[in-house]
Amino acid sequence: MTASGEPSHVTASHRIDVTVNGRARSIDVAPHHTLLEVLRDDLGLTGTKECCLVGECGACTVLVDDVSVDSCLMFALEADGSSVTTVEGLATGGRLHRLQQAFLDTGAVQCGFCIPGQLIAAQALLADTPNPSRAEVEDGLAGNLCRCAGYEQIIEAVLAAASVTDRPGEPATTEMPARTPATGDRASTPDASVAPQ
Amino acid sequence: MRAFAYERPTSLGDAITLLAEGGSDARLLAGGTDLIIRLRDGSIAPRTVVDLKRISELDGEIAEHDGGLAIGARTVMTAIAADPRIRRDYEALAEGAAVVGSVQIRNRATLAGNICNASPAADTAPALLVYGARVVVAGPSGSRTIPIDAFFVRSGATTLANGELVTSIELPRPSGRQGSVAVRRTRRRGHDLASVTLACAVGEDGVTRIAYGSLGPRPVLVWDETGVLADPSAPEAAKTQLLQTLFTGASPSPRSMRASPDYRLAMLRVLGLRAVGTAIERLAAGAAG
Repeated sequence: MTASGEPSHVTASHRIDVTVNGRARSIDVAPHHTLLEVLRDDLGLTGTKECCLVGECGACTVLVDDVSVDSCLMFALEADGSSVTTVEGLATGGRLHRLQQAFLDTGAVQCGFCIPGQLIAAQALLADTPNPSRAEVEDGLAGNLCRCAGYEQIIEAVLAAASVTDRPGEPATTEMPARTPATGDRASTPDASVAPQ
Repeated sequence: MRAFAYERPTSLGDAITLLAEGGSDARLLAGGTDLIIRLRDGSIAPRTVVDLKRISELDGEIAEHDGGLAIGARTVMTAIAADPRIRRDYEALAEGAAVVGSVQIRNRATLAGNICNASPAADTAPALLVYGARVVVAGPSGSRTIPIDAFFVRSGATTLANGELVTSIELPRPSGRQGSVAVRRTRRRGHDLASVTLACAVGEDGVTRIAYGSLGPRPVLVWDETGVLADPSAPEAAKTQLLQTLFTGASPSPRSMRASPDYRLAMLRVLGLRAVGTAIERLAAGAAG
């Protein structure tokens, strides 16, 4: 019996094979441990944050096979055979990812806690929609809360990063184009929010 | 979270056996976006979790079936919202799926899981009700089909029997041209549970079907065969009065944090009238195109 009073076979760990930020890993995980817990506690990748644990805040967002997910709502076992990207995997070759650079340049980082999740959600958005509208950025990041309420700068940063064209071998740039200040033309809240866009 | 045994069957038969043997101590894992929350808060504590994602007979595909569509048990909301056939012929379902949770949730959450969780506020449920969807289930005594209106009981409870699981959800071919829409009311823009969620389909035969959720223990389907709601020239007062009669079964909980019963009932009438108008417009636009 274990400390929790369960028969030992219940808590038996399972071996999973995952590629994390490009590195193949073989890890023994308990069935009830989430991907978030394994990333943080077993692999030491603490960039991914634990916060609401109910899928509302997005601080734990990671990519699993290039799809954004809340890692608090996925068991590590479910990632068996997958490729996982965390915020630690964004920068390459000692250079910041263009999104990270844009967040810095735009002043989008206040306390910083939500930023890893924002960056990963933004990365997923730009992979699907390389030149998003402001509304598409708002929708794409709707699952990532910022309690500093730095949304304006975060949206600006994502739009700025989208306008940066990757050059071969240069995933990041420090040259950010000047952007027109936000005009405050945000669409008013619709009553029927699922009307066609 | 209390520890449990994890099973990952590769055949439907094995999953049914595990589920039947485990009884209430076994829970199914599809997308996990509801299950893991309930495991963590202790409201359920199964001894076994059965992951459905490696079962060869269950897929995440949307297939053409008998003139309509069959949505596999592993199909996630993102795929439903993006499917061109659903966006064309079952627009309210595409719209309902597109507002479930956030991008991250929609990438994991399945339609099958959404209906099995049976939340009264589930955003896909009204659309499934107006389209007359059928739930295909498999269990120890074989396969059967449950009309979606006979599937929901109350929050967390369905008419699935012990050992049964959903294998697909079928959308029958519409009997004629129709215009349809999903609308909802939330406290904030973006990611929120609905205070009112509603779908409406107006058919060229003059029948209007409306289903609403978050106003009682389960989503409710009502319909109007008089043709008044579907009539673009009928006076708004007549439609409002008819909707009032159709919505008499709404019984919003006074304990909900999201909105008061009076507010929900008022918004139900507002959204109902708007949805009828949009569905009529879409029916007309489809006829013109």
